Amino acid sequence: MSRKLEISKSFRIDVTALFTRCMPTSIFIIVFLLFGLTSPRFLQPESLLNIAKQASYIGIAALGMTLVLITGGVDLSLGSTVYLSTIVAGLLMRDYGLSPVAASFVCLLAGAGIGGFNAFFITRLKILPFVVTLATMIAGRGLGLLLTKSRALEFPAAILKVGAFKLFGFLPLPILLFALSATAIQLFLSRIPLGRHYYAVGFNAENARRAGLPVDRIIASAYVLCGICASLGGLVAVTQLGIVNAGFGKGDEFDAIAAAVLGGAALSGGVGSAFPGTVIGALMIRMIWSGLVSAKINLYFQPMIFAVILFLAVMLDTRRNMIIARQRRKIISLRKDKQT
Amino acid sequence: MTPLISIRNIDKSFFGAPALRSVSFDIIPNRILGLIGENGAGKSTLMNILCGELQPDSGELYFRGRPFRLEGPAAAAEAGIALIHQELNLFNNLSIADNLFLSRYPRRGPWIDKGAMHDKALQLLHQVGLDLPPNWLLERLRPGERQLVEICKALHADAELVIFDEPTTSLTAAEKERLFQVIDGLKQRGKTIIYISHDLDEVMRLCDDIVVLRDGRMVDFGAASEFTLQRMIASMCGCELEYLFPIRQGTPQAQVLLEVRHLSAEGLVEDVSFEIRKGEILGLFGLMGSGRTELARLLFGLEPFDSGRIVFNGRILEQPSPRRCIELGMAFVTENRREEGLLIDGTVQDNLVLATLNRFVDFARFLDAEKMASESEAQVRQLNLRCTSLKQIVKSLSGGNQQKVVLGKWLLARPLLFILDEPTRGIDVGAKYEVYSLINHLADEGAGILMISSELEELTALCDRLLVIHRGEIIKSFTKDQFDAEKILEAAFHL
Repeated sequence: MSRKLEISKSFRIDVTALFTRCMPTSIFIIVFLLFGLTSPRFLQPESLLNIAKQASYIGIAALGMTLVLITGGVDLSLGSTVYLSTIVAGLLMRDYGLSPVAASFVCLLAGAGIGGFNAFFITRLKILPFVVTLATMIAGRGLGLLLTKSRALEFPAAILKVGAFKLFGFLPLPILLFALSATAIQLFLSRIPLGRHYYAVGFNAENARRAGLPVDRIIASAYVLCGICASLGGLVAVTQLGIVNAGFGKGDEFDAIAAAVLGGAALSGGVGSAFPGTVIGALMIRMIWSGLVSAKINLYFQPMIFAVILFLAVMLDTRRNMIIARQRRKIISLRKDKQT
Repeated sequence: MTPLISIRNIDKSFFGAPALRSVSFDIIPNRILGLIGENGAGKSTLMNILCGELQPDSGELYFRGRPFRLEGPAAAAEAGIALIHQELNLFNNLSIADNLFLSRYPRRGPWIDKGAMHDKALQLLHQVGLDLPPNWLLERLRPGERQLVEICKALHADAELVIFDEPTTSLTAAEKERLFQVIDGLKQRGKTIIYISHDLDEVMRLCDDIVVLRDGRMVDFGAASEFTLQRMIASMCGCELEYLFPIRQGTPQAQVLLEVRHLSAEGLVEDVSFEIRKGEILGLFGLMGSGRTELARLLFGLEPFDSGRIVFNGRILEQPSPRRCIELGMAFVTENRREEGLLIDGTVQDNLVLATLNRFVDFARFLDAEKMASESEAQVRQLNLRCTSLKQIVKSLSGGNQQKVVLGKWLLARPLLFILDEPTRGIDVGAKYEVYSLINHLADEGAGILMISSELEELTALCDRLLVIHRGEIIKSFTKDQFDAEKILEAAFHL
């Protein structure tokens, strides 16, 4: 083989390696360019900022979901947590005159409480997360409907004013909060022992127990944090909408799971990140929806196209793991060559 | 000298079946204690008690002369006991450094001190001669390297007593050497070591003292210098086992059963040619990662090949599938019986009939329970398989009996060719002998056998011919009269 060919071959491997290692980001860029080419309007700063703003609510909730997924669990009650925690805050403000700040705090507390409720059944009674959170999802929604008698709950106008806040006059509050929570969660996952323990538990809980980690407490904390993230996401949505109706948050758990999985998290646990991971995933979901609208795709085809993109992205991600595994094999054999 | 740990009259039963009966011995500090015994002798139970996983039913433990109790793995770690398990307790999705410090990260405030972690990891890794970047994901490491990481964990925890449970089963010869050096290094640093292994030569070489367990009792104890291989074996099985290997009487027939020509698959094997005749036992020797398992997987259709030809029993196999291979009369016993060879939570019978379910259906394609039971029964008797009933869960059998179940499963299919990948890995001396006899018997009945093993001794004792594979290529072939351990090893290392 000529020298030139060899170089080009090794270069090719490096490019595929780069592409496969950063699969979520790569797909994100491709989708972005695709929509940008089909509709120039899509690329305007305004529209991009709008996408980011719309992604913030699900994005923040999805950060919590990411934590739970990394530990190898799932939280199906996320949408109901969003609903119930904002209802509690809204009722306290409307009927008991609680200040918005205090009410927000109570909202987060309620989210933590629901997470703790899930955690209790999962870690103490050893019931599968899927079953526990499914029950919480149904019960939480029911409780919320009971409290509001199924009527929409309006929030004070001051809330909308807060929601219109822009940092430096251009960065909307939801994006700001999304960025802050993503940074916090990512730092937590990469730089705090508890965050690292999530990955260990998600890879193999029995191994983690034998390594002396308090597995139950670790798992419980993930559900509590997920509840807090969900209620924070709910708060962000409320500052934009000013109202909570009976369907608020319904089905959000699946958007959150989709965002996390698009961002590289695995339902089998042990893998995932807040940034770039889930942030990219959440942005991508909003981007696809807006892109489909600005590309003037038939309304009825949009969900199907969305489904195809979601499916392809996850399939590519699975492929990625296979490709990486194959490369590892090559690297290992190369290292062997060096040793001999 | 005060013993580091004294074990006094420890009893432990599981559901009424005694696993340990009144075991007592001392672990002397700064010495290497070899613990040997057949599978099911109680070694694992004893170690699980020492590392806090199990509580003894009665008896006492003393740590430097003071009585102590171990409740849970964390307590054992606290007391300075580290167990390096056969299946490593590591996390492939985390970095080397994460694995080392998982339960005790160096911190700065609430944060992990990444700088300190990196430096400390480098230093620990250097102590065992593993100079790799600590931020590498563990999945990039080879089995031997992963084990060194586990040893680093014990070093980091500043363990007084390090227990090695079958540490060498998945290591190459070079990695074993390195491990022994590391163990010697640990001893020089004043640590105490318990070394559990089926490889008696290793135990002889490495250990200062030897404890032999049989049926839950301690049957022999003494300085390693007083032991011979014969004494170890005699103590372990309670009888004089004269030969380690049965004598092979049969000779291969003339008819070629499997012919492989110029077989290549990228990254796995290259230009491999050989043939197996009826009634022949062909050995395949190579280091871990040399392509020996990959070759077996190719023959059985588990991996596709790029070029070459496989002719089996007169038929050309073009891109075979495992299903097709089974139909034509091949059997594959994998090196991973727990993961690939068995339904580990299934019963003995479930496993035995698995490969031949089609034979047990009646006219309406329903399974014939009576027929399955009677044939399984016959198989159990033929194999001398020790189980309480056909309904016993395979997981609860000893390693040797599990392997017999795997073999029995294939025997029911009456195959023409057996591909055996490490058929005696992790099973005890007595069971090994039975497996060898069975292989001999199969060959005598005209089956062809491809036997892959890391144990050169068993290959030279059993095989008619031996191929040496190195980096995916067959680099040398030996006939029985040319067998010479040194030459074969030289070829395998490609010296």
